Amino acid sequence: MAEQNQDGIKLTPEQEKSRRARNIALGLCIAGLCILFFTVTIVRLGGAVLQRPM
Amino acid sequence: MSLVSGEQFDGSLRISSAGPRDYFALLKPRVMSLVVLTALAGMMIEPVKVHPLMGFISLLAIAVGAGASGALNMWYDADIDGVMSRTSTRPIPSGRILPGEALGFGLVLSVFSVVTLGLVSNWLAAGLLAFTIFFYAVIYTMWLKRWTPQNIVIGGAAGALPPVVACAAVTGSVSLASLVLFAIIFIWTPPHFWALAIAKAHEYGRAGVPMMPNAKGEKRTRLEMLIYTVLLAPLGVVPALLGHASIAYGVIAAASGLFMLRLAIKVWRAEDAQAADRDCKKLFGYSILYLFLLFGVIVIENTIVTLLRAVG
Repeated sequence: MAEQNQDGIKLTPEQEKSRRARNIALGLCIAGLCILFFTVTIVRLGGAVLQRPM
Repeated sequence: MSLVSGEQFDGSLRISSAGPRDYFALLKPRVMSLVVLTALAGMMIEPVKVHPLMGFISLLAIAVGAGASGALNMWYDADIDGVMSRTSTRPIPSGRILPGEALGFGLVLSVFSVVTLGLVSNWLAAGLLAFTIFFYAVIYTMWLKRWTPQNIVIGGAAGALPPVVACAAVTGSVSLASLVLFAIIFIWTPPHFWALAIAKAHEYGRAGVPMMPNAKGEKRTRLEMLIYTVLLAPLGVVPALLGHASIAYGVIAAASGLFMLRLAIKVWRAEDAQAADRDCKKLFGYSILYLFLLFGVIVIENTIVTLLRAVG
């Protein structure tokens, strides 16, 4: 259980480790989503993206 | 009642120690693997050309949607899970994930999977995926499971929908072939699940869940398992009869269906509880193999056809 003192909440080493692992996983998921939506956009637009009137 | 309504704020701070693995466990990965296979079969059973990336992302969205409904199920059923040996090590009853975290995770993934499927494929598929999640999380988990021994019969529709969702994602409509795949999983669910429920009947009884064996008795359950398997064995062959799968599939489906029927007959005729328990465990294990086999053959033969077309 986290300790609460005047300096705020102090996480245990185990809690810090799991928080770091969660943050990395979340970061990878967000990066994956960005790549996913980018590639979907490119596939959807196809070659026509270069043929639009300027 | 679920843990959800009994959850109380005691004033103390609870910092999560959950790791990514615990969140992954919330998605019921083994169920997800079956969803991926059945959805892939639903995607391939109609001869339509799909961009591989779009197909992959649609499949991913369906898998994540199934996982999200699993997380919502674990959130609501934490009280039941806690008193059953099979489920007591799940992330919420074991205390690794707080109920609120699981709820938030399930809701966010539900919205993301439905919106992604809608944007990548079409809104019919997205609507069907949203309905699947709703049916599993609300109709089955919150209502049917604690109310009627027919819980997994009706609730089985949620597990049977992925091929229909996948077919809608690639064709834009619901085809007869995908409905046949739906029917196979729907009819397969009762003998599969009740085989497990017979072995765990006392645990379900203790948890207050009216499963067929502890609500109507083991004998009646074994008879109903046999009836469903009698329906399932010929139904498994229908994709070949309709021309959506090869003769090889038809032969494999017929042979494996007959073997499952043989196991169901053994369960039905078991003379004592010990023999019934042993035969039920065999039937449970085989039923998983049966479904993997049927849908695996559909996926493999369609992959071969696609590759041959690409080469020739």
